[in-house]
Amino acid sequence: MSETKHLTSRAQEALERWEQETLQPVLRKRPESKERFETVSLDSVERLYTPVDTEEIDYEQDTSFPGEFPYTRGIHPTGYRGKLWTMRQFAGFGTPEETNARFKYLMAQGQTGLSVAYDLPTLMGYDADSQLSEGEVGKCGVAVSSLADMETLFDGIPLESVTVSQTINAPASVLLAMYLVVAEKQGADWKKISGTLQNDILKEYIAQKEWIYPIRPAMKLVVDTFEFCTKYVPKYNPISVSGYHIREAGATALQELAFTLRDGIEYVQWGVDAGLNVDEFVPRISFFFNAHNDFFEEIAKYRAARRIWSRVMRERFNARDPRTMQLRFHTQTAGVSLTVQQPLNNIVRVAIQALAGVLGGTNSLHTDAYDEALALPTDEAALIALRTQQIIAEETGVVNTIDPLGGSYFLESLTKKMEDGALDYFAKIDAMGGMVEAIEKGYPQREIQESAYQYQKAVERNEQIIVGVNKYRIEDEKQMSVLVIDEAVRDRQVEKLQGVRARRDEGAVANALEKLKRAAQAGDNTMPATIEAVRAYATLGEICSALRDVYGIYEEPAF
Amino acid sequence: MSERKIRVLVAKPGLDGHDRGAKVIARALRDAGMEVIYTGLRQTPEMIAAAALQEDVDAVGISILSGAHNTLCPRIVGLLRERGMDDCLVLVGGIIPQEDVPRLKEQGIAQVFLPGTSTEDIVRFLRENVRPRV
Repeated sequence: MSETKHLTSRAQEALERWEQETLQPVLRKRPESKERFETVSLDSVERLYTPVDTEEIDYEQDTSFPGEFPYTRGIHPTGYRGKLWTMRQFAGFGTPEETNARFKYLMAQGQTGLSVAYDLPTLMGYDADSQLSEGEVGKCGVAVSSLADMETLFDGIPLESVTVSQTINAPASVLLAMYLVVAEKQGADWKKISGTLQNDILKEYIAQKEWIYPIRPAMKLVVDTFEFCTKYVPKYNPISVSGYHIREAGATALQELAFTLRDGIEYVQWGVDAGLNVDEFVPRISFFFNAHNDFFEEIAKYRAARRIWSRVMRERFNARDPRTMQLRFHTQTAGVSLTVQQPLNNIVRVAIQALAGVLGGTNSLHTDAYDEALALPTDEAALIALRTQQIIAEETGVVNTIDPLGGSYFLESLTKKMEDGALDYFAKIDAMGGMVEAIEKGYPQREIQESAYQYQKAVERNEQIIVGVNKYRIEDEKQMSVLVIDEAVRDRQVEKLQGVRARRDEGAVANALEKLKRAAQAGDNTMPATIEAVRAYATLGEICSALRDVYGIYEEPAF
Repeated sequence: MSERKIRVLVAKPGLDGHDRGAKVIARALRDAGMEVIYTGLRQTPEMIAAAALQEDVDAVGISILSGAHNTLCPRIVGLLRERGMDDCLVLVGGIIPQEDVPRLKEQGIAQVFLPGTSTEDIVRFLRENVRPRV
């Protein structure tokens, strides 16, 4: 200890000497380009980081070794030397047939996991033939209204061996039920299937806004999936607690980190309150973060996330199993950072953001396609996005050693600042009574709106530069061609849906829906009844409508 | 007599929940001295036209990022005209491919603002194009 202090005071003295002898003469001749340098989340970035900035960080306590508490340097003792991250490109558009073909194409190109994007009607729990679905079917993702669509979507894709991530939230329990029934029909063993359901309803109220029911019953549905999966689908991740959308809605990196982990705490608390054992269900909670432009701050965010989560699980929830304390996460590059102007520049942005995710130790990664500021990606753009990951993995050498930036004075200091900042947010949210209460008060929503507005103003004042948008512009750019979703997708989906309704046993559907309502009213686990309804080919819209009857719908308060 | 403030309805039709842009623009217009009414999410064209009439707005700003603009925009314009709001400017912003812009303009959309637009450009457009009323 005294030796450390001695070293630090020597470092401090050396720093002061450098400032006087070497730095000051240069600054007198030529001042720096700005008075203040900042990251997205922090007010100031220092000129230089030295051992003085990391003196409070204890290597064994705070940083430690990969695979050991508090996991700052990663959860695997061999990092990417043992296993690379999963290359998991988010895809989905048009009909289930079209998306099935895209999945097979991506897998043939070396992609190692699947990730389904559903269209807006599916995300909101409406069938393709609902009046509210007009103009939206198959536009932002694939249209799935019943088990029949799910069967087509995964036709020829073995669900026991391929891991599939599904971006679905408000109606997540229904899509999980469809997925499990398709797996069962393929002959897959539920005990063996792995994959991830996004199922993060809190961030919907905070940021993405694709909700159906009021918050508390919606949280109950999430807990139902935890309970069901822990028992019957033990290798499946029933939730991916997502900062991605919080960031896209305008949050800073620090707000993304803080709100996401606080959401995670809320889910764990609800699970515990429902009688679940922390060491049984928390190991299957996964996370999902954004990778934005500010390179070092993003890497610090991922490292801080692992450290905070392990400490919270051990200290707040008395977790014993190391797996409960290991934060696993998926990363996606920042869609919001992509520009319509000079779109090929997006390939460069995505590569740098993806590299941040990898240097932060992500467990899986989606790289955005360069044309996504305008539309869903074409085959060519989707391929370049996948190739970007493959180049990072195979050519750059960053995978050869674990946490290669660990020990950087700057990065370690930033990691600590992100951790401290997140804990400050936790204290505020705890004081409000928890995340559900904070959302009801509009707190995270207002914080994000404020950050989004300040960012836009900074862009308009040219303080925040976006190449090709407010600097280095090209007038009269040629437009690129984009993927267009045919309006006829809806007609085809409606026709299929009518076929499903004509073929099924209406009595079985009515019984199953009635059973589901009773389970919801009684506060029982809704998963068994949801699975029965799905098996009878009750549609997504019918199932959500039955639950709407019981739970009501969410109305966003004005703020 | 003080000049009447420009009144704008910022509207989110369709199922899309991405309201970052709509909220930033609502606040920028307010900061520029306009009166702004935000509809909230998932409004049908009928609800938007009814709100525009009730609030007696000079302009409706539609925010769409989902690709449903070709279905929803002409319907909103049509309903406004049916209600006699002939001078009400209808603007659209969001993820709109360039090739859709001429058709939207033919259908009565006064201006389409693509990604990367400065809020100052939207303020300027409204000041220059809203017809002064007594």
